[in-house]
Amino acid sequence: MSIHPGTAAKRKATDSPAPANPAKVRRRSPTRVNPALYLFPLPAVAVVAFFLVMPTLQAFQYAITDWNGFSAAFNYVGLDNFIRAFTKDSLFTNALTNNLKFVLLVVIAQTVFSLVLALLLTKNSRGSILLRALFFFPTILSSVSVAFIWKFIYDPNFGLANSVLRTVGVDGGAYLGNDAQALYWVAVTQVWFHSGQMMVVYIAGLQAIPKELYEAAEMDGANKWQQFKSITWPFVAPATSIVVAYTTVQSFKAFDLILGIAGNPPKSSLDILSTRIYSTFANSEFGYAAAQSIIFMAMIALVTWLQRRLLRLTPKGD
Amino acid sequence: MLASLSRRAILAIYAVIIIIPLTVVAFGSFKSTQELFAGPFSLPRSLAPDNFAEVVGGQNLGSSFMNSVIVTGISVPLTLFLASLAGYAVSRLKGFMAWAIFGFLVLGMAIPAQANMVPLYVLFGRLGLLDNLAGLILANVVSTLPIAVFILGGFMRTLPKELYEASSIDGSGPWKTYSSIALPLSAPSIAAAAIFLFVIHWNELLYPLLFIQTPGNRTLPLALLSFQGEFQTNYPLLFAGVILASLPVVVAYVFLQRYFVAGITAGASKG
Repeated sequence: MSIHPGTAAKRKATDSPAPANPAKVRRRSPTRVNPALYLFPLPAVAVVAFFLVMPTLQAFQYAITDWNGFSAAFNYVGLDNFIRAFTKDSLFTNALTNNLKFVLLVVIAQTVFSLVLALLLTKNSRGSILLRALFFFPTILSSVSVAFIWKFIYDPNFGLANSVLRTVGVDGGAYLGNDAQALYWVAVTQVWFHSGQMMVVYIAGLQAIPKELYEAAEMDGANKWQQFKSITWPFVAPATSIVVAYTTVQSFKAFDLILGIAGNPPKSSLDILSTRIYSTFANSEFGYAAAQSIIFMAMIALVTWLQRRLLRLTPKGD
Repeated sequence: MLASLSRRAILAIYAVIIIIPLTVVAFGSFKSTQELFAGPFSLPRSLAPDNFAEVVGGQNLGSSFMNSVIVTGISVPLTLFLASLAGYAVSRLKGFMAWAIFGFLVLGMAIPAQANMVPLYVLFGRLGLLDNLAGLILANVVSTLPIAVFILGGFMRTLPKELYEASSIDGSGPWKTYSSIALPLSAPSIAAAAIFLFVIHWNELLYPLLFIQTPGNRTLPLALLSFQGEFQTNYPLLFAGVILASLPVVVAYVFLQRYFVAGITAGASKG
């Protein structure tokens, strides 16, 4: 801490040139900050530093070793773990491909679907409020519970989906048993799980649109689609950024759902990065698992950054 | 007319897609396997809680339930306490220090749990925090502190400064001002964060999976997951487990539904 924390801090905060008269600054904040206040964030800072930031930095150190987690001896192997992941480990590249496919599927489906639901339920009628509560409900369940429910729906012999199809005389599929389709069916589950949550984000955005705009558009003879395109969509753009970003991170981390629905370890058609990292870890390849987890973190950061670049969603008139 | 009809149709179909599986699970938890497979939609023949008795008695789900209650019951208030202390300080401190503390704490939101799980496992091993509930509580607190600070700190910044100033003129120290002014005024954001944390901590799976070895130390989601291996297609038992694991959250949701939406959305739109 500097000797004059007050003035130094003020300068940084306002980002303006140093005031000519320091007394002026002091007058603007008559009550001096009690130094005891610096003790308040200390426990949180200590806990985060020691158990969150430090382990994350350590992951970078582990990632360049061949440590197995138990023996005292290990070697620094440089970038070998990273090279291995991308060039020699088909399990890893498979999980990476699956994960990107899964994220893409879920982000598109969930963004569109939650917006549709929100548009249909914007009005605060009794029925809308009831349906919103119902559609939101799955979000509060645990991933393992949701996984079990859908495991039963997809069960090829006794499952709900096929019993319904059988009553109308249609032969149902194998769903999760079909390797070419399994990931799609889990994506459906993920959308069922979290669309209600994203719907609520959209409803908040939609309800902020002034009604007069629609009335004016109606008088100008704009049809529903034109109204959506030129009023609704620009206004829900910020909500879309939130939904897309949150859904991306959520579907990257669909770990619990995959383990619940596919078992531990999942078969290769359902293996994603987080389950692969866990398998590598469980296989006592600590160094390699740390390298994979860094790739995982970089992947999330990269996809999120790409979305920001590509979407550039800003509200109109801002 | 047609638009309103298709609107109703879409909503009705999705309502069915949500309600039917939940009903089948609720009915199925009282059925035998044969009964469930014969007719998933039929009402259970008896309401004898045999499946519940079996999952609670034989499979450690009873003790897992208690473990989950302990872990969640301590993790949520502890996270809120640490986050509100930090949030309060950040809202009162000025300039660089406030910015640095807030930034440091909130930065953690960008770190996914899988990114640091290997070093955290090693660290917990050295500290004797593996295979016990204290380790789970600590992991829960750490992983959700950043977002809790973000929610609470963000709210506390909007409180009028004059109240704090009046309080310190009255001679109250920072602790008194925090506990008698900042905390009560922040009740709405604390309630929202509490529900958000409750859902996350109650449903947490990765940390128990990483840290817990002894079946007696399992929390509900982990116990439920290990079920799947043992009872591949004994769906009635799985369903009884699902209901038991979901019960506290569902009951709370029925009564506090509006606050759940506010809380979890605060997490979503600020996360």
